[in-house]
Parts: sequence; structure tokens; C-alpha cells
Amino acid sequence: MSARERPLSPHLQVYKLEYTMLLSILHRATGCALVLALLGFVAWLWALSAGPVAYACMTTVLGSVVGKLVLAAAVTGFWYHFTTGIRHLCWDAGYGLDKAQARRSAKIALVVIALLSAASLAVMFCCGGRS
Amino acid sequence: MAEFKLPANSRYNEVPGNYYPAPSAVRIKTFKVYRYDPDSGDKPRVDRYEIDLDRCGPMVLDALLKIKNEVDPTLTFRRSCREGICGSCAMNIDGKNTLACTKSISDVKKDVNIFPLPHMPVVKDLVPDLTNFYAQYASVQPWLQTRTPAPPDQERLQSKEDQEKIDGPSACILCACCSTSCPSYWWNSDRYLGPAALLASYRWIIDSRDDATGERLEFLQDSFKLYRCHTIMNCTEACPKDLNPAKAIAEIKKILVERTV
Repeated sequence: MSARERPLSPHLQVYKLEYTMLLSILHRATGCALVLALLGFVAWLWALSAGPVAYACMTTVLGSVVGKLVLAAAVTGFWYHFTTGIRHLCWDAGYGLDKAQARRSAKIALVVIALLSAASLAVMFCCGGRS
Repeated sequence: MAEFKLPANSRYNEVPGNYYPAPSAVRIKTFKVYRYDPDSGDKPRVDRYEIDLDRCGPMVLDALLKIKNEVDPTLTFRRSCREGICGSCAMNIDGKNTLACTKSISDVKKDVNIFPLPHMPVVKDLVPDLTNFYAQYASVQPWLQTRTPAPPDQERLQSKEDQEKIDGPSACILCACCSTSCPSYWWNSDRYLGPAALLASYRWIIDSRDDATGERLEFLQDSFKLYRCHTIMNCTEACPKDLNPAKAIAEIKKILVERTV
């Protein structure tokens, strides 16, 4: 046997992005991102308690284009993590693990995420209170 | 820790590969094949072979054999049964792990990219080192273990229903397509057993004749051996025998929970 170290065969570089790994990595990514979003929520609560000047400042930040984009991403990420989380719970309980079922539940989850996100964003940006 | 980039000695697109054009033909298909020669010490490369489909069998393995027989005898790969029962010719074809002998060339629309099973040490060309994979299989003690004496004048029988439970998992051919499709196995193959070994373990856990169920479960009760499975489901998508390792792993997790309740 050769003493030379064997090369490692390519993995991420060559593997086709399957829906399975895409949904899984997005579940993780949204989980991490939501922890950061939670910090933003705490900042908002802090501004709320710190008086009208701080709150007005926070409202301006959140009302800016960037603020709105971040809010929209956080809400969509929340519904993503929530929906795929339920999918994972079903799997852990032993349901929906057949190949065809998993493919179907992925499609259903994506539709549910789109609907919930659209509804939430519509409520936020159309009916949201303006101070 | 997960290392997403290939180590320096493993990058396969730095050295230009060889090009073997087809002699005049009507239907030409290009096969891009990962090559590594341990004797030369050169980095891996990708060679391009043009194949006349009118003079080649229908499967990817037929093309590989044609290349080896008629174009480049140095091409190295494992193969044996050519009918999907031995598991030797498992490799990454068109971005997905499968058996070269049951994968139709016509299923691949563009050029056919062929790489060894992912994230494994490469012995040569398309031959990965499966030592660790087999050791993990052996570690789940894949044989019948009994504590009770056998019936004096007959075999250890089981009901039709009990047999049906193990029909699926028993059909595993240990090709390693599932384990090497699993990102969790890529990053943790030193401690995570991977879908193939866990499917094998499940096959003995649910065998009505086996008496070592407790020890088997005890062995798997470990945050790495079993619980590095995050139900990504790549294994089930990849299995060329249409088995369901992800489901088997979920069932083991369920049994472990039920046991502690």
C-alpha cells in the first residue's frame, strides 16, 4: 500500500443539489437566522420601554426599505422553519418517511410557507399601523 | 468540524485531463471521468471520452467497459454482476450516487459526469477505500444472536408477518450509495455509522428470532453513532434498490424512546 495520502473524492463539488438537502440546509439556516432576528425583537422591546424618542428611532429604522426587507425575510424565515419543523416532527413520530410521501410533503410545505408568508406580509405592510 | 473544500491534494480541476475523441460516429456521448493514479503522484484529473452510442450497450457500465476494453485500459473501477445485485459498481453518476450497471445512459441529458462515491479516500480512479464503511457494518454485529437453545428438531421459525418486516432491509447490497450521499456522513464518518450500517442494525433489531435486541439498542444509544442522522433523506433518494434507510433510522430512534418511557 502506498504511503502517499489518498485524495478525498469530491462531494459538495459534484453532488446534484437534491430537494432533500436543500430543504434540510434551509431549515438549519433559518433556525440560525431566527436567533439573530430574535435579538432584533429584543431591541424593539427595549426601544418600546425606553421611551418615545427611542421608539420613534426604532420605527424609522424598521420602516426603512432595508428594515422592511429584513422584517419580510424574518417573517418568511419564521414560517419556513415553523412548517419544515412540523414536517420533521411528523418524521420523528414515524409518519411520512416513504420516498413518495416525503416528496409530496416537501411540495405541500413550500405552498404552505408561501401562503402563510404572503398573508403575514400583506397584513404587516398593508394594514400595519403607522405612528 | 465539517470541511467543505477539498484538501489541496484532492482538487480535480487543476490538472488538465486527457481527451479521447470518438472515431467518426453519428450518436456521440461524452463521458467525463474522474481519474487518479496513485503511482504517478499527480493530482486527480477529469478525462473526456467520446463514445459512439451505436456501438455501445445501454448502461453507463457498458460505456465504462467499452472505454476500458477499446480506448484506455488504465481506467479502473469495480464491477461484477452487471445486474444490480452485487453493489460493486456504485459511483456518482450525473451528480447522484447509483449503480453504473442499472443507470441508463439515455437518462443523462448532457455529458455523463462520473466520479467515485463522494467524500471517500480514493484508491484509484473510481475505486474508493471502503475499509471504514465495512468496519462500521461489522460493528453492528450483523448476524443472528440467540440466548435460547434452538428447537431440537427444526429450524428457528418465524411467522410470515415477522419475515415481511425484514424483507426490505435484508435486500441491502452494501453498495454504499446511501452512506456516501449523506452530508452528515461526509462530515462525521469517523463517528456516525451512516445509513447503510444503521439499516443493517435495524434489520437485526426487529428480527423476531434475535435475542440481542437490548445490546444492539444500547450500542446505538450515542449522540454520534445514531443521532447524527438529521433526516435529510438523501439516503432514501439515492438507494438504487429502492430501500428506505431513513425510515429504518427513524424507527430505531422511536424504539429507543419507547424503551425509556
